Amino acid sequence: MKYDLRFWVVWEAAPDLLRGAQVTLLIAVATMVGGLVLAFPLAIARRRDHGLLRSGAAAWVEAARNTPCLFQIYAFYFGLGAFGIFLDAWAATSLALLFNNAGYTAEILRGGLAAVSPNQMKAARSLGLTERHAYLAVIVPQVLRIVYYPLTNQFIWSLLNSSLGAIVGLTDLSGVAMVYQSSTFRTFEFFLVIGAIYFLMAKGVLGLARVSAWRLFRY
Amino acid sequence: MQVQVFSGLAPNDLLLLARGAWMTVLMTLAACAIGTLLGVLAGLAKVALGPTLRAPLDAATDALRSVPLLVQLTLLYAGLGILGLPLNPFTAGAIGLSLYAAAYIGEIVRGGILAVPITLRKAARGLGLTRRQEYVHVVLPVGLISALPAWIGVLVGVVKDSAIAAVIGYIELLRTAQIIITRTQEPVIVLLAAGVFYFVICYPVSQLGARLEARFKL
Amino acid sequence: MIRVEKVHKSFGTLDVLKGVSIDVDKGEAVVLIGPSGSGKSTLLQCINGLEPIQRGRIEVDGTDVFAPQTDLNVLRRRIGIVFQQYNVFPHLTALGNVTLALRKVLGKGRAEAEAVAMRQLERVGLGDKSHCHPGTLSGGQQQRLAIARALAMEPGYMLLDEITSALDPELVGEVLTVLRDLRADGMTMLIVTHEMDFARDVADRLAFFDDGLIVEAGPPAELFDSPKTERLQLFLRRLTQQRT
Repeated sequence: MKYDLRFWVVWEAAPDLLRGAQVTLLIAVATMVGGLVLAFPLAIARRRDHGLLRSGAAAWVEAARNTPCLFQIYAFYFGLGAFGIFLDAWAATSLALLFNNAGYTAEILRGGLAAVSPNQMKAARSLGLTERHAYLAVIVPQVLRIVYYPLTNQFIWSLLNSSLGAIVGLTDLSGVAMVYQSSTFRTFEFFLVIGAIYFLMAKGVLGLARVSAWRLFRY
Repeated sequence: MQVQVFSGLAPNDLLLLARGAWMTVLMTLAACAIGTLLGVLAGLAKVALGPTLRAPLDAATDALRSVPLLVQLTLLYAGLGILGLPLNPFTAGAIGLSLYAAAYIGEIVRGGILAVPITLRKAARGLGLTRRQEYVHVVLPVGLISALPAWIGVLVGVVKDSAIAAVIGYIELLRTAQIIITRTQEPVIVLLAAGVFYFVICYPVSQLGARLEARFKL
Repeated sequence: MIRVEKVHKSFGTLDVLKGVSIDVDKGEAVVLIGPSGSGKSTLLQCINGLEPIQRGRIEVDGTDVFAPQTDLNVLRRRIGIVFQQYNVFPHLTALGNVTLALRKVLGKGRAEAEAVAMRQLERVGLGDKSHCHPGTLSGGQQQRLAIARALAMEPGYMLLDEITSALDPELVGEVLTVLRDLRADGMTMLIVTHEMDFARDVADRLAFFDDGLIVEAGPPAELFDSPKTERLQLFLRRLTQQRT
């Protein structure tokens, strides 16, 4: 039984770990923003009654939500290799998370749009607002409030799931820890520390979201 | 651009994949069963206990949902090794995945029970039912039934997250797929097979959950 | 009889009942009217102990509701209560809804409970719906089910808290019909309602609530035709404005 826990080894790796954390945050933010951008057309396409766009969007969303995130990473990392496209761990993880986030976020947006009563649109149009203006001034603000916390949770989820990139060699927070533990054998110490770091990051995001919500949504 | 599809794969690989799929199913079943049991107990406890007793439960739930599963499983496995109880990857993975699922299920159960309309409970008490009877015959059935769709969602998540147990050495479907791909350089067919497997399990179940949710919204 | 004596009740800092006194004699139908938030519903929920009171006394057939030695579960067998909504148990059939308390509270056997339940269901016109789940029933049917469920316990008093307020207008009638029949059978009732025609027909006595107090009370004809206080006059005027 290992009595001696050597945390100073982790301390020595701090610079690399911090760099890894940066990678994690960067990927999480980039794929969340990108996912959000992609999610809007996906959500709107899914609200149609029929057609190729609707089926295509449905295929994307359902593929993203019904296969493991790691599978999606493998699909980009290994799968594209058959077509001559060899992505590195960073690109593969980012694209996979983008694909994944787009799918989940599209569902969140779809739910938000559905939750706003169609009467709101009718009321706005009856007042003489154009469709575009009605969306911007009436529908979108309400949807924003409804989807705010689900989107926050989605962001935290993708932040945590970016760790899967380490399995294909990404040097994010988990990846750095994996590299170090294979040479120092201090697996427990390293992963306890990065566990705490992930926890703090998640809480930090949540706190930021709450503060922003208070400022954004004051009536 | 040449798409190489048929080379390097042996029939034996199909067997390996099947075995991997079976490993995935085993892990999923174990984690769903244990996770649901623990989750329901945790949810009930959170409703029943006072704030001080509830605090450790809430803290544990919080930690389990704010740390990547990959980190949790690695930590669990390494920690067990340190304590001198080295468990095999299946057991360690099942425990880790169960705890993870239980954290979510606990919150779902708690939410379902708290969402039971107050007049329903007053109606039960008004009929003369004791507090215990009110809980057993009204609050719990209604609360748990309303939690069903979300619970199904967690189960679907467990199917997908079982893949992460590979990091502690559990050779389930996706790890098997990766091994075969690395050896045969045949990614498309193998990934297709794995993807279809996950999809065929997850999609119908999540559709069921969606339909139940629509029915309860009435 | 139900005796309410100078009852004060607040929710936190909000005073909802500010010294209410009223009696309901056996066989009487007393109707409480008044603006929303005036405390009528709260009073009903205090009478069977679902809500605590801060001051005053409530007695049912001589039993002090809030005395520490009073077994509320026993007391509640004598009082039936029906709420505005979310009354019926969605996970049980109509029959199951009615038999639950018969079996668990009164300890009746299954066969006996079902026989009693069917009688009450038929009484409210739901005899053919006994095996339906409330989700498949209309709002009016659900309320009638809630009434049957309360009646099955053979209470001495029925407290009815705005039971038609959440219903679509075309469903209100069927519920009021059940209440009229109940009245004809001689049930003692304390009713909170916004249905003024019904109140005028059914009430032996009317009490007008406003801001936590009973401002005026008496026979319905008196209150409707010659209201003494200005607040009641205002209330009634607003009601007639609605009609025109």
